[in-house]
Amino acid sequence: MASKIYECISRIADRIIENKDYLTELDREIGDADHGINMARGYSEALEQLDKEDGDLSAVLKKTGMILLSNVGGASGPLYGTAYMKASKTVAGKEELSVEDGKAVFEAVIGGIKLRGKAERGEKTMLDAIIPAYEAYCQAADAGSSLTECLDAMCAAAAEGAEFTKTIRATKGRASYLGDRSIGHQDPGATSALLTMEAIRDFFKA
Amino acid sequence: MKKLINDVDNVVNEMLNGMTAAYPQYIERVPGTDVVIRTGAKKTDKVVLISGGGSGHEPAHGGYVGKGMLDAAVAGAVFTSPTPDQVYEAIHAAECGKGALLIIKNYTGDVMNFEMAGEMASDEDILVDQVIVADDVAVENSTWTTGRRGIAGTVFVHKIAGACAETGADLPEVKRVAEKVIANVRSMGMAVSPCTVPAVGKPGFDLAEDEVEIGIGIHGEPGTHREKITPVNNTADHLVGKILDEGIYAEGDEVAVMVNGMGATPLSELFIANLRVNEILAEKKIKIYKTLVGNYMTSLDMAGFSVTLLKLDDELKAFLDAPADTPAYKEV
Repeated sequence: MASKIYECISRIADRIIENKDYLTELDREIGDADHGINMARGYSEALEQLDKEDGDLSAVLKKTGMILLSNVGGASGPLYGTAYMKASKTVAGKEELSVEDGKAVFEAVIGGIKLRGKAERGEKTMLDAIIPAYEAYCQAADAGSSLTECLDAMCAAAAEGAEFTKTIRATKGRASYLGDRSIGHQDPGATSALLTMEAIRDFFKA
Repeated sequence: MKKLINDVDNVVNEMLNGMTAAYPQYIERVPGTDVVIRTGAKKTDKVVLISGGGSGHEPAHGGYVGKGMLDAAVAGAVFTSPTPDQVYEAIHAAECGKGALLIIKNYTGDVMNFEMAGEMASDEDILVDQVIVADDVAVENSTWTTGRRGIAGTVFVHKIAGACAETGADLPEVKRVAEKVIANVRSMGMAVSPCTVPAVGKPGFDLAEDEVEIGIGIHGEPGTHREKITPVNNTADHLVGKILDEGIYAEGDEVAVMVNGMGATPLSELFIANLRVNEILAEKKIKIYKTLVGNYMTSLDMAGFSVTLLKLDDELKAFLDAPADTPAYKEV
């Protein structure tokens, strides 16, 4: 699993780096035009530093969190860093993840991001992609769907969630300074969260 | 993009090395980090003050490291908060047993990264506390938003809390004084032209040739509105008017004034703006105790200015007048 998680994180990194300019452009509309740059810097460093021999699943996730924390900066660094570290704790001791384990990882990630970001759903943040994705994943899982079906449901809901951020006013982060002027723009954090989830799905489907 | 740089990825590194090369008597870089500390630090027995933030606001914050002000400053990437490990390095490098006060400008990223660093240091039994500066009146102050931004008023927090720490006061006392400054300082800025982040390569926002943005933040965040450019007296009236609307400055009060350049504003224009600020305050019978005019909290190559008013009492006046010797702020 260690080499599998390494591959999965590498695919996330590729996806984020490919979309560096897109994310930065979204951030230019309602933020400070650095989201893509910062995320790409963090994930480039992850590609550089991570190694297939880094140990078990939990260790690789933890190392990824530390790398993002030390290299991304802004609000995204602590938020994504926290997400990976929470995921790492949840999977400690495991070598393979079940559909059920996926739920626990989601819950830990959401809890960590809420606490660090002092945010809730509906504030035009990454939570608006992640929470609906979690709900769709759980619904699919509870209906007995396969992992790839669950991941498809997750991504569809995340995409809807990211799209939904266009319709609401930001009350967290730099976009909140815009007030109603933030309406009409898609949240960059929700978008990078969507890209992350899509990369995970594509990895498992491949 | 036309900039006097060598490599967009090396801007912060070369800037810090150039800064420490210019002021070796004041500051040195902590090896392997983007932290500058007082030269020969760790010899003082006092609460240490640590600030920082994204780069691009020079001389903030490295320029305020020195006697009577900060003990360490952490530089993030341009307009991007420094990471927790870097802030932690600053705490570690500067702290000498009496604790550290983190002075944070109110941005989501800065608050999260500094808080995480504080938690890491606390885990090692280092005494750490923090204050958050949120002086920008252009932003709606509401529990439903991130809250007001921290801008040029932060320099007064560095100066006054720094002077307090220099007396040997303990951490709660230094924090009290910093909070008092924060409660009494308000700012508002405007831009006549935008700034360009080196790694982005194009301006952070667009302004027409005859347009200005009122209420701009120090990263080019949008302000309250755009309007056609008018004589600077009108602009100064608007900025000072919004600050006075806060209701914390009354007839007979004494204030410190800062007319701050955003980076690409000629000093001549700042002095013209300052003249108007003087006139407005005279009319309101608010007494100016001290004035600072210059580039204190910049925004790369943005042109524009901000006005900051700090209401003073005897305690704050004494700390404002206390000696400071740093690259960018001197009081003798």
